[in-house]
Amino acid sequence: MVERGSGNDGPVILRWLTAFGRFWWDFLIGDTPELFVGAVAIIGLIAVICLHPGLRTAAAILAPVLVAGLLTASVRRAANRGPS
Amino acid sequence: MLTGTADPSGAVVLVTAVFLASTVEMVEALTIVLAVGVTRGWRSALEGVAAALLTLGALVVAFGPALVHWVPLSALRLVVGGLLLVFGLQWLRKAILRTAGLKAKHDEDAIYAEHVAELSDSPRRSGRDATAFTVAFKGVFLEGLEVVVIVITLGATSHRLGLASLAAAAAVVLVVIVGLIVHRQLSGVPENAMKMGVGLMLVSFGTFWSAEGVHASWPGSDLAIPVLVAFYGLASWLLVLALRHATGELPSGLAAGGEASHG
Repeated sequence: MVERGSGNDGPVILRWLTAFGRFWWDFLIGDTPELFVGAVAIIGLIAVICLHPGLRTAAAILAPVLVAGLLTASVRRAANRGPS
Repeated sequence: MLTGTADPSGAVVLVTAVFLASTVEMVEALTIVLAVGVTRGWRSALEGVAAALLTLGALVVAFGPALVHWVPLSALRLVVGGLLLVFGLQWLRKAILRTAGLKAKHDEDAIYAEHVAELSDSPRRSGRDATAFTVAFKGVFLEGLEVVVIVITLGATSHRLGLASLAAAAAVVLVVIVGLIVHRQLSGVPENAMKMGVGLMLVSFGTFWSAEGVHASWPGSDLAIPVLVAFYGLASWLLVLALRHATGELPSGLAAGGEASHG
């Protein structure tokens, strides 16, 4: 929503940038930072493996296995915290 | 590779993912719009809806073609794949926890009642109702923003932006028509099952494209996508079974809905 700037809250552009940053923070990280960090780590690992051209197919097969492991770890973490 | 002319299975998964994601989000938006229309009147509510849909459409038109034309494909696939992977994992995790009874299901009836109570309390002025406009706009815009991200990322990366946009528009039209016919919030829609399906597809596309973005080589090229969907589906099913086994069946309060969840 477009809000009129009031001197106390800083410039409108700053508030729009803050809201934009908050949207992406909630969108990507929210209450599951382990998924963001884990996904970045998996992509990084696959990229390193792909530096060796002979391992590019193996890297593709490894990727979903790692992602499934990440999902399992995150779900177990939530389960250990109990129902919400 | 997904270029818009390759294997049709990629297109089917793409359309299904966008359509289901849009349907889920629009059902949630419909609940808010109905609450606004019933309590505050329809004119300002529908103006809010129209303004939000126009803004969302403008975002797709502004960013979709720009991504396709100006960003190199491998970089696009790496970034978009990473985004979809994280986003899809969040949806899938939530759906698994809800199916296993560890998280309250999304309760449209409770959310509708909550909005009606809030809107009935706030004062009304004659003429255009700013509260109705704002709440309807925010409801549609915020729910639709996730759809826009999915349409742009899936559509641009597969060079099927038009197809993805059409799938999203079809879902919007379907939900609006059903909403008009039944004239109530769609609490009977199996949202969690649909979210599970969307999560599976987003994670599959995310895995496929992020790996392609770093030059991994998929056996079977595009045919790997349905295989990934099946693999993650099996993994999710096993996770639900394991959680149910560990917790000893569904806690009844949570299975019935418990406290309304907005996520």
